[in-house]
Amino acid sequence: MRRRVCIAVVLAGLLVGMEGSRTRAGAEAGKSPASAQQKPAMMEVKIDNFSFGPATTTVAVGTTVTWVNRDDIPHTAVSTDGVFKSKVMDTDEKFSFTFSKAGTYAYFCSIHPKMTGTVVVQ
Amino acid sequence: MTEKKNDEILHDHNHDGVDRRGFLKCMAWAGTGALCVMQGGVLKSYSMSRMSEMKAADMAGELSFAQISDSHMGFNKAANTDVAGTLKAAIDKINALPVAPEFLLHTGDISHLSKPEEFDAVGQILKGASAKEVFYVPGEHDVLNDDGKEYLERFGKGATGSGWYSFEKKGVHFVGLVNVMNLKAGGLGSLGREQLEWLEKDVKPLKSSTPIVVFAHIPLWSVYPEWGWGTDDSAQALGYLKKFGSVTVLNGHIHQTMQKVEGSVTFHTAASTAFPQPAPGAAPSPGPMKVPAEQLRSLLGITDVKLVRGQQALAVVDSSLA
Repeated sequence: MRRRVCIAVVLAGLLVGMEGSRTRAGAEAGKSPASAQQKPAMMEVKIDNFSFGPATTTVAVGTTVTWVNRDDIPHTAVSTDGVFKSKVMDTDEKFSFTFSKAGTYAYFCSIHPKMTGTVVVQ
Repeated sequence: MTEKKNDEILHDHNHDGVDRRGFLKCMAWAGTGALCVMQGGVLKSYSMSRMSEMKAADMAGELSFAQISDSHMGFNKAANTDVAGTLKAAIDKINALPVAPEFLLHTGDISHLSKPEEFDAVGQILKGASAKEVFYVPGEHDVLNDDGKEYLERFGKGATGSGWYSFEKKGVHFVGLVNVMNLKAGGLGSLGREQLEWLEKDVKPLKSSTPIVVFAHIPLWSVYPEWGWGTDDSAQALGYLKKFGSVTVLNGHIHQTMQKVEGSVTFHTAASTAFPQPAPGAAPSPGPMKVPAEQLRSLLGITDVKLVRGQQALAVVDSSLA
């Protein structure tokens, strides 16, 4: 039992150590403008008055789009092609999705289907 | 909203000359708590305050039930921070009706976020109703997770598919339909092929003299498509009901009362017990409408429905909570 505990502690220590070094490397890369590793782009879509704002948004590949519900009624953001599907967002709740492939992604609110939007990923 | 066809004239089964003006006048009184009863082919109206003076024969509507809708248990924003309180007030109103309803219909959006505790709370409050039997259909707020699993476990016993069913009460055939599942982007409410096929088979063996009551959450007629207030495939459903002399369609979803008569079909939407919504196009969106606190209860309400044996149309009367 003691040996097993020892091994577990050693493994945990190694993992923590590796994690720490990875973080340091990431931070250093961020400082250099010519670095291959870039900060991920973010885009916010505000939901209010039964509409997505902006209704159509164009983003770069790799962007994380965050839907924020500012309406006083819950909404969802569901891709018509099954690419993403948010849980129900009540007021002030959010849902994020990272678009790793170029394309045009139509989506709607599954609770109020007249609410539609598009994310164009280039 | 107004239509030029003759669809606002009550179907003249008894050749009694009940015309549009008489019928609409009666319906206008409904807002002040009037009861319109068809007797001997003549539309009579009685104000609620004179109910006690009426003879038992006048009041002997052989079937009486009440509809409530859109309780949105769990909603707590500015439009109404106490939806439990207003639901209780609606039940008190039902319990005070001059003719006790035999059962209740809840036309959906029982809960606000499909949460178990929200459904539980509504069940608890409805236990205070004199009418112990309640029939439900789901609203879009009731089926938010797992294809409506929580709703179906509670209210789906004996139902088919996503919760549609029918039952008989004193010779009246009731059909509960579900038009809030599998909604398509840009679309309206939807019944779907499986449910339509079921409906066709369900009503086929019935005599055309059987009064029919259909209840579903989203309106089965085109109230305001821009706001999703309609059902894409309701025309097909209504087609199966064409042979019947008396069809009453009861809906919710729009949080205001609205009525339309088309041949032998009376369409009616109920007020919410939680919060009002704007009239079609009267606001940028159909969301909860904030009104001064003292006005709220006058914009919430219940619906009382009576069948008077031998008459065609059911008497459908709305009354607000204040």
